[in-house]
Amino acid sequence: MSDQGRVINYGDAGVEALREEMRRDPSIVYIGQGIGPRGGNFRQTRGLWKEFGDDRLRDTGICELGATGAAIGAAMAGTRTVVDEVFLDFALEAITQIVQQAANISYMSNGKIKAPVVFRGAMGAVRNAGAHHSHTFYNWFANTPGLKVVLPSNPYDLKGLFKTALRDPGPVALIEHKSLYNAKCVVPEEEYLIPFGEARVVREGKDLTIVAMSRMVDLATKASAVLEAEGVSAEVIDPRTIVPLDRNRITNSIKKTGRLVVIDESPSSCSFAAELLAIAVEDCFDELQVPPQRINSLPVPNPFSPVLENQMIPSVDRIVGEVHKMMKSSRRKT
Amino acid sequence: MSERLVTESVSPELLLTYYKKLLELRLFELKVQELYRNGRLPGFVHLYVGEEAVAVGVCSNLEARDLVFSTHRGHGHALAKGVPSTIVLAELWGKVTGSSGGRGGSMHMYAPEYGFMGTNGIVGAPIPLATGAALSAKMRKKQQVVVCFFGDGAVNSGSFHEAVNMGAVWNLPVVYVCENNLYATEMAFLRATKNTNVASRAAAYGLPGVAVDGQDVVAVHEVASEAVRRARGDGGPTLIECKTYRYVGHHEGDPGTDYRTRDEVQHWKQRDPVKIARKLLLDLGLDENQLQAADQEVERLIDDAVEFAEKSPEPRAESVRDHVF
Repeated sequence: MSDQGRVINYGDAGVEALREEMRRDPSIVYIGQGIGPRGGNFRQTRGLWKEFGDDRLRDTGICELGATGAAIGAAMAGTRTVVDEVFLDFALEAITQIVQQAANISYMSNGKIKAPVVFRGAMGAVRNAGAHHSHTFYNWFANTPGLKVVLPSNPYDLKGLFKTALRDPGPVALIEHKSLYNAKCVVPEEEYLIPFGEARVVREGKDLTIVAMSRMVDLATKASAVLEAEGVSAEVIDPRTIVPLDRNRITNSIKKTGRLVVIDESPSSCSFAAELLAIAVEDCFDELQVPPQRINSLPVPNPFSPVLENQMIPSVDRIVGEVHKMMKSSRRKT
Repeated sequence: MSERLVTESVSPELLLTYYKKLLELRLFELKVQELYRNGRLPGFVHLYVGEEAVAVGVCSNLEARDLVFSTHRGHGHALAKGVPSTIVLAELWGKVTGSSGGRGGSMHMYAPEYGFMGTNGIVGAPIPLATGAALSAKMRKKQQVVVCFFGDGAVNSGSFHEAVNMGAVWNLPVVYVCENNLYATEMAFLRATKNTNVASRAAAYGLPGVAVDGQDVVAVHEVASEAVRRARGDGGPTLIECKTYRYVGHHEGDPGTDYRTRDEVQHWKQRDPVKIARKLLLDLGLDENQLQAADQEVERLIDDAVEFAEKSPEPRAESVRDHVF
């Protein structure tokens, strides 16, 4: 990622990816609620309906099960589709179609039928939306064979990963974070693709490895700046896609630093952080100087009260505090 | 009934092909039942015995490029759409030559090369899928028609409501075919819903809805013919309710007698779709010898399928990870 060039926000980067791909591939149909003239609840399709019209920007009623199933069926029949669940929470209305039909279809058909469909949804805590609009269950998807899971943490990655998703044999769960829609960075106007399965080293360091997903990458980066000022050099890694996972880049970093902390907005039990800790133990046991740690949201439904929700989700202070503890102890001499 | 035959919809030659297909579905399922009871087939099977006229009557209107989405009770739909009995049986046997290479089985059987888009283990799930495939067909302007089979159990699911509503509002080339066999597993339809007239539900979505005797292949053919013509001509979906019955339990292992009376089963067997078609052919002037020749032809077909499936190899164990993505 360059710091020179045009700066746009996360929402616009997604729109740009869609516009480029829908121009390139006239078969792409986008299905969801409020994605036509309204341009999306999060403005995530703004301007597209004007260019592509009702046929390709298909507004539906409030029927995630039917709309998601239809997007999968269209994909099985040869039409590339995106189905916008808007809030990731609403994908639960359609979860049987995603897990039972889309994720299984390639295997069940012996590879004869593919479902090139992108499930798009925005997750996570933002502005105290409460328990029904804040879930972060991307780990469930990662535990579903046949489904790829993409977690863009910034506008540059969103554009490049979305474009890759729109060329993948599918299915792909593209999970944005609601609080990132106004995040900005340099995004090239020219075309680029980001391959799945390539983690990004956000920041190089030598004392510990912080792996973070989605919005937590921003928190990890801020924490690493605080730590840097204290003389602790943190390497921050963003997997970008958790299926497929760039296991090598992550484990190479852990082997280099000897310390791992994972920042994950899901609750800790059976989370993707738990998977990364297991990988660290499997692949880096001899190099680990201290037990690997994870910082997750507390295992409670997202509370409404700002005080309570702030207590629930990871914070820069929690990350810095955990790292302080990890830096004090050492299993072996460095 | 033979009077309606005189309407030009079905010639004796065509009816003979339907008869052979009905018999193929019947003998195939009876063979599967025998193999299953003898412990030869893994998994679970739901047999189509008694409902054959629905699949044959509907699919007799379809072209190779048209698509069919089916159910857990789907062997008959696959055969009626033209999937060879060899690869259907091989799939039930878990063999590498099966339509899904042994990765699917009875409820996850796919043969897109024949326009067969799958049986399905989840009741109701194919209705949104078929609706989406019809959207694809409409977008691609291929005048392709999609047929979705489902049972009376599915019409009380949310999938039915959401998908049929979308198919209607988007005017898609899809035919929704409800096989009302009166029981969702063991649950009698009249205990599951207040309005047992499935065809009448079409009005709720602004669609044509029609009920038909599902034991009469000619009647089903005629009703489906109009629906398929409407779909192909951009006239939108139709909901067809075929009143039918399964002679067997819900799945092999369910005797089907805890929730149905012997009298009821016997009553429906009086209106057997294979016998009805056979009698019509005799009424139309075919003789017993011609029909016996047809019977023998179908029996050989099933014998060949058994030989093919039995002799086919198992998948290689090392291939277990293939085709996940």
